[in-house]
Amino acid sequence: MEVIFLLIGISLLLAGTFLFLFLRAMKDGQFDDDYTPSVRILFENQPKKSIKDQPKKTKSYE
Amino acid sequence: MKQIFPTQTHAKCYHCGENCELESVSFDNKKFCCQGCKLVYEVLAENDLCEYYQLETSPGKSQKERSKLKNRFDYLDDPEVSRKLLDFQNDQESHITFYIPLIHCASCIWLLENLFQINSAILGSRVDFVKKKAQIKFLHDKISLKEVVSLLSTLGYEPKINLSDLDHNSKSTIDRRILTKLGVAGFCFGNMMLFSMPEYFSEAELLGEGFKGLFDYLNVVLSLPIVFYAASDYYLSAWNAVRQRKMNMDVPIVLGIIAFFFYSLWEIFSQGNAGYMDSLGGLLFFLLLGKVYQQKTFATLEFDRDYKAYFPIAVTRMAKEMEEVIPLVKLQVGDVVLVRDEELIPADSLLLSEFANIDYSFVTGEEVPVPKRKGELIYAGGRQKGDAVLLTIQKAPSQSYLTDLWNNESFEKSNKRLLEPLANRISGVFTWTVLTIAVVAFVFWIGKDVSIAVKAFTTVLIVACPCALSMSTPFTLGNTLRIFGKGKFYLKNASVVERLALVDTLVFDKTGTLTDPAIASIEYFGVALSAESKSIIKGMVERSTHPLSNRINLWLGKVDPIKLGKVQEIKGAGILAEYKDQEFRLGSKDFTGSNEQILSKVGNHVFFSLEGIALGQFHIQSGLREGAPEVVKSLSCDFELHVLSGDQAHEKVTLGQQLSNEIRFNFNQSPVDKLNYLKELNSMGKNTMMLGDGLNDSGALQESQVGIAITDRVSHFSPASDAILDVESFDKIPSFLAFAKDSRLIIKTSFGLSFLYNILGLSLAVQGLLSPVFCAILMPLSSISVVVFTTLATNYMGIRKGLIYQNKQ
Repeated sequence: MEVIFLLIGISLLLAGTFLFLFLRAMKDGQFDDDYTPSVRILFENQPKKSIKDQPKKTKSYE
Repeated sequence: MKQIFPTQTHAKCYHCGENCELESVSFDNKKFCCQGCKLVYEVLAENDLCEYYQLETSPGKSQKERSKLKNRFDYLDDPEVSRKLLDFQNDQESHITFYIPLIHCASCIWLLENLFQINSAILGSRVDFVKKKAQIKFLHDKISLKEVVSLLSTLGYEPKINLSDLDHNSKSTIDRRILTKLGVAGFCFGNMMLFSMPEYFSEAELLGEGFKGLFDYLNVVLSLPIVFYAASDYYLSAWNAVRQRKMNMDVPIVLGIIAFFFYSLWEIFSQGNAGYMDSLGGLLFFLLLGKVYQQKTFATLEFDRDYKAYFPIAVTRMAKEMEEVIPLVKLQVGDVVLVRDEELIPADSLLLSEFANIDYSFVTGEEVPVPKRKGELIYAGGRQKGDAVLLTIQKAPSQSYLTDLWNNESFEKSNKRLLEPLANRISGVFTWTVLTIAVVAFVFWIGKDVSIAVKAFTTVLIVACPCALSMSTPFTLGNTLRIFGKGKFYLKNASVVERLALVDTLVFDKTGTLTDPAIASIEYFGVALSAESKSIIKGMVERSTHPLSNRINLWLGKVDPIKLGKVQEIKGAGILAEYKDQEFRLGSKDFTGSNEQILSKVGNHVFFSLEGIALGQFHIQSGLREGAPEVVKSLSCDFELHVLSGDQAHEKVTLGQQLSNEIRFNFNQSPVDKLNYLKELNSMGKNTMMLGDGLNDSGALQESQVGIAITDRVSHFSPASDAILDVESFDKIPSFLAFAKDSRLIIKTSFGLSFLYNILGLSLAVQGLLSPVFCAILMPLSSISVVVFTTLATNYMGIRKGLIYQNKQ
């Protein structure tokens, strides 16, 4: 039965880790905006074209 | 007979989706409605960002009306301005957050987050869709703030920068403390529940004594963060209440927490029993959950805006025949500024141009633009309608008429009679009753058994801890807030609901609230007006400042006035003018000597006559907002109604006919008059609600018990208020008020429900029979059932009032 001591320790550690992760995520502002990420995740990461690396012709807007 | 027209299919603009009319532009095999839209496409195509158009069809906004002034962002070069706007700056990077009202779809998010592909000096950007904000990080050595803003503007996403953006130097950080507390409480509560489980089942003995002790000690350890951290707000609030010799809901909560904690400590350490630590954890967890739920805020809305959010950040100054755009704060007395169509007058100033047409509706409530002549004083806050005008500044922007008004003491402090929440009033009685019961139980048992006496005393306090009681208010109000929000009625916080339920007197602003200046109608009956007579009328009405003249002036539009011989305005009658030795009269029926029939009953009538012969009549109707008569009618049974208007009294009779004769009308009300009017009503012990839309109502909105700002674009400027109502929902005002009353009733009913639980618990506690298991069941059960009851009841009432639609389309 002594194994329960160990298990309790592990379970507390695990739960503590989750608490820590939650607090960290909150500090990063993950819960501030709960809509935009749901849209953002659907964007495709298009491969960047290599032409991009060339110096762009600079154009002043306006 | 049906006539068949050749169906003409208009091509839709690839960028904004509007119909392309004659001047459409073709580019890249695509049609554009204007050069602006084409330009945006060009920039995107050049940078391989055409995915913008694949995410949504025609995601852009028409660029037809965009300002073409190149120098309008010059003020951003001012180091002081940019320093105040930036969130963060180091040697290389600058971070700035813009408010971009145009953000409306997935394409917007995508494009704004791909800005770095257009300009490599932009490191990245992040959009908050709900708040319509974008944070942009850029290298300030390679791209200036001004260039970032003009890039955004080129793409059609011009950020809105107001004077108030310069103010908050300390960027407000979101308060996440309550969430942290909830997280900690949830962690502790969950684990305590697990460790308490064996206690609830007889199998506990299987584990042996050593484990039981360990679990109890672990519970004590886990209860420490709850008692000393998560519950800290309650101590503070209870302490404040006690110090002011008042009672609030937090006082019995704190009594309960103390009893829970110390009694459990005593049980665990001296008796070897389990104690009630898990129930304590549950209590705090549910309480905090209620608090978070109640704190629903509408992130896009700002309820505390002052005039600074209305003012532009920059003005165009004329210096040595050259235009330059400077920050408003640098404007000095004597400067000459250029104000274009639809721009705001930044400070009290003298008109240098010949004519100006100033719309003061937002400031004074007068709905017709006022013509001004060279040399006249123009107050800040008006909006120029028409051609650009030149002004010399007479007073610094911070000392103008409008800001003076704002800094008036009565405007500043919000001296609302603080309405005591229902829960606080009950808790006073509640706390004393519970204490009495506890003492009586203690006295009863002390002669027989001291340990039972102590147990009875503390368990009474524990079980009476108003968990369910204090939860009914936040959950009811929180849900009410959400239902209101669905009906486009946004409250500042939950306490407004309770105040709304007690309102008995409604005060309406006229212009912009009951009436809509955009639908004011003018009709002319009689002999058709020739171009000459139009010019004559124009010449007459231009000389007059009477609102009806102004309106006819507006109706005539761009007609050149004829030079008239003699023009005389007779107050309260009309205008008399001579032209080619003939006498023209414009005014009331008696004044013109007209014997024409008045053709319609409602509205104002202006007659036009030549040498005593009637030529025709104008019918001018103030445009009542759609549904306004019905709303007023249904409200007039239950509420006392008042109307305040900055306008003159000429519409009093017709408004009375159209709305209700029980309304008390007050015209010619200055903003301060309105404020005093509300003060007077309040001092008569009435519970007032003020509905208004402009800066001129802001004092009254502050003074009333519930101030509601009406606006057609919710995210745009509206004066400081307790609630913002979308114009669309104007006709639902009676339902909103009735629903607020319902939710108060629901709170009362759920109080009754939780009292039942308390009586049940107390009857066991006074007998000294309360056990940890029973407590652990009763606590969550009572809380959850109260929450379920209030949620279902508010939703049911919301459906019945037509505020929630069951079928979403």
